[in-house]
Amino acid sequence: MFRKRRDSKNRDGLAKQNASLSLSAMTADSPPEEIYVASQWKLMWWKFKKHKLAVFSGVLLIILYIFGAFCEFLSPYDPNEYHTKYAYAPPQVIKFVGENGFSLRPFVYGLKSSVNRETLRREYTVDKSKEYPIRFFVKGEPYKFWGIWETDIHFIGTEEGILFLLGTDRMGRDVLSRVLYGARISLSVGLFGVFVSLVLGIIIGGLSGYFGGIIDLIVQRLIEFLRCIPTIPLWMALSAALPAHWPPLRVYFGVTIILSLIGWTGLARVVRSKFLSLREEEFVLAAKLAGAGRMRIVVRHMVPSFLSHIIASITLAIPNMILGETSLSFLGVGLRPPVISWGVLLKEAQNVRTIALTPWLLIPGIFVVAAVLAFNFLGDGLRDAADPYVR
Amino acid sequence: MGTFILKRVLLLIPTLIFISIVSFIIIQLPPGDYLTTYIQALEATGATVDQSTVDALVKRYGLDQPLYVQYFSWVFGMFKGDFGYSFEWDKPVSELIWNRLFLTLAISITTLLFTWIVSFPFGVYSATHRYSIGDYIITFFGFIGLAIPNFMLALILMWIAYSAFDLSVGGLFSPAYAEASWSLAKLIDFLKHIWIPVVVIGTSGTAALIRTLRANLLDEMNKPYVVTARAKGVSERRLLFKYPLRVAMIPFISTVGWSLPLLISGETIVAVVLNLPTTGPLLLRSLQSQDMYLAGSFIVLLSILTVIGTLISDILLAWLDPRIRS
Repeated sequence: MFRKRRDSKNRDGLAKQNASLSLSAMTADSPPEEIYVASQWKLMWWKFKKHKLAVFSGVLLIILYIFGAFCEFLSPYDPNEYHTKYAYAPPQVIKFVGENGFSLRPFVYGLKSSVNRETLRREYTVDKSKEYPIRFFVKGEPYKFWGIWETDIHFIGTEEGILFLLGTDRMGRDVLSRVLYGARISLSVGLFGVFVSLVLGIIIGGLSGYFGGIIDLIVQRLIEFLRCIPTIPLWMALSAALPAHWPPLRVYFGVTIILSLIGWTGLARVVRSKFLSLREEEFVLAAKLAGAGRMRIVVRHMVPSFLSHIIASITLAIPNMILGETSLSFLGVGLRPPVISWGVLLKEAQNVRTIALTPWLLIPGIFVVAAVLAFNFLGDGLRDAADPYVR
Repeated sequence: MGTFILKRVLLLIPTLIFISIVSFIIIQLPPGDYLTTYIQALEATGATVDQSTVDALVKRYGLDQPLYVQYFSWVFGMFKGDFGYSFEWDKPVSELIWNRLFLTLAISITTLLFTWIVSFPFGVYSATHRYSIGDYIITFFGFIGLAIPNFMLALILMWIAYSAFDLSVGGLFSPAYAEASWSLAKLIDFLKHIWIPVVVIGTSGTAALIRTLRANLLDEMNKPYVVTARAKGVSERRLLFKYPLRVAMIPFISTVGWSLPLLISGETIVAVVLNLPTTGPLLLRSLQSQDMYLAGSFIVLLSILTVIGTLISDILLAWLDPRIRS
C-alpha cells in the first residue's frame, strides 16, 4: 500500500504547494529537501505522526485486535467453562505486597465464599491465607489455537487456585476470558461490515459519480431515503427476520450484512463527491488526451488519489458498526449466545439490580467505548493526514 | 421559495410509497407468519387446532390472498386509520400505537430542544476559547458522549440513581398516574420523569452538535471579513454575534433532518432499557413474536415521522439560507 507513487499529479501538486509547505510545521522534524522528493504516502505519514492522540489510538486498536486475534492464548480460562463455586465472584486485585512482604511475582488472594442467609446470595471475602502467584505460559484447559494447533498453554494463569481479574458472571464464567473472546467477534463485525459497505459504496457511489445524470439522481434519492429511516428500528426488524434455527456463524454474517445495508450510504457519498471533483481535474483530462481507457483512468489515476480519503472514511464508519452490533445483541435480536460478543456480554447486565450488585458485568462496555473512541480519533487523524498539502 | 417547497412535497410521495413497500417486505421477511406461530403455541399447550378454525383465521386476516393484494389492502386501510389487527394483543393496532407514538414524539422533540439549548453555549464557548481548559473539557465529554452507547449510558445513570440516591428510575409516570387521563398533575409527574431519557438520548446528539458548531464557527471566524471587522475595531462580542454565529447556526437547522432518525433510534433502545411506555419496547416485542401488523405500522409511522421532520428542516434551511434554494 505504501509504494511510492510519482504520477503527474503529485509533482504538479508539490510544485504548486511548496510555498505553503515550507511554511508549514511539517518542516520542523524533517529538512525541506526531503519534502520535495517525498512520496504522497510519506507526507501523509509525517502529518499523521503529529496527531499524537491518533497515533496513540492506533496503538490501542492494534492491542485490542491482538486481544481478539490471540484470545484463546491470552485468556486464562475457557470462556464457556463454569466455575460453579464462584458465581458472581468479584474481580481479584493483583498484589505485589502480601503477608510475607514484597514479591516481584504478582499474585492474587483466594476468595472465600459463604451464602448469606437473609438474601440467599453467595458473598465473597478475600482469603488472605491463600496467595496464588500469577504465572506466564501456564498449562490450563486444552484448546485449539485458531482451530489448528492443539495446546494447553495459556499466557497468564495460576497453577493452583483461581484467577478472575475481571470477576465472573452468573454461571461463574471468567469475564476477562469472555471479554477477550468478545473482542474477536465485536471488532471483526466492524471490519467485515465496513468491507461489505465499502464494496457497495464504491460500486454504487462510483457509478453515480462517474456517469451522473439519471443514475446519479436515482442513487441520491435512494441514499436520502435510507438515511431518513431510523436505523435501530430497521435493524431490529431485519435481524428479527433472521431465522432462529440458523447456526451462529450464519447469524453473524447476517447481522453484519444488515449493518452494512445502511453503512454503505455514507461511503457512497464520499466516493461520489470525490469522483465528481476529480473528474474535472487536469490530470484526468491529460490521461484522457493521452489515450488512456476509462477503466485505466479510474483505477490507475482516480482511485489512488482518493484512496487516503476512503481509508479515513472507513475508519470513521467502523465504530458505528461496532455500536450497532452491541446495541442489537444487547436487545437480544443480534448475535445470541453461545456466540460471545461484547453486546451479548452486556446483555447480562440488563437490569439495575444486577448492576448494583455486580458492577463488573459492565466492563465489556468500557472496551466498547475504548474501541469506538480510538476509531474516532484514528479516523480524525487519518482524515487530517489524507490531504497532506493543506495545513 | 414556493416552487422549492412544492418540489420537496412532491418528492415526499415516492418516498412514502417506498417506505410502505419496504415496511411491508420487512414484515413479510420472517419465515411463516404470526398465525403459524400462534397455532404452534396452541398445539404446544396441548390444545387441538382443527383445520376449519385455521381456515377461518386465514380468511379473516386475508392471509390466503396473494402478496400484492395483502399489500394494497394494508396500505389503503392505513388511509382510513385502519392499521390492521394485532394478533398478540387481540386488539386493533390503532388502539395500541397512538398513545405510544405520541410519547415517542414528545420525548424526541424535548430531546431536540435539550440538544440545542445545551450545545449552543458550549459550542460557542469551545470555539471562542479554543485550546483553553474549558475547551478541552467540553471536547473530552463530547467524545465520551459520542462513544458511549445509549443503552449503556441509561444503565449507568440508573445504577448511579439506584446506588447513590436509592431512586428507582425508569418509566415515564409514577404508578399513580400511569393509567390516569391527562391532567396538570400528570403533566408535572411526566416532566419529573422525562429528563432521564432526554439526557440519555440527547447526549450523543449534543456532542455531535457542539463539534459541528465549534468547527463551523472557527472556520467562519478566520475569514477575511471578520479579520477586517476586527482590524476596524468592532468589539469582539458584536464581531461574533453579527455574522459568524448566524452562519455557524445553519447546522442547528440542517441537523434536525438527520438527528430525528437518530433520536427515534436512540429512543427505541433507551425505552427498552428504561422500560418507557413508548414505541420501543412494543416494537421489539412485536418483532420477536412476529406480530406483523403492529411491527409494520410502527416502522411505517416512525419512518413517516422522520421523513416529515426532514422535510420541515429542509424548508426551514432554504428559508434561512438562500444559497440552498437554487
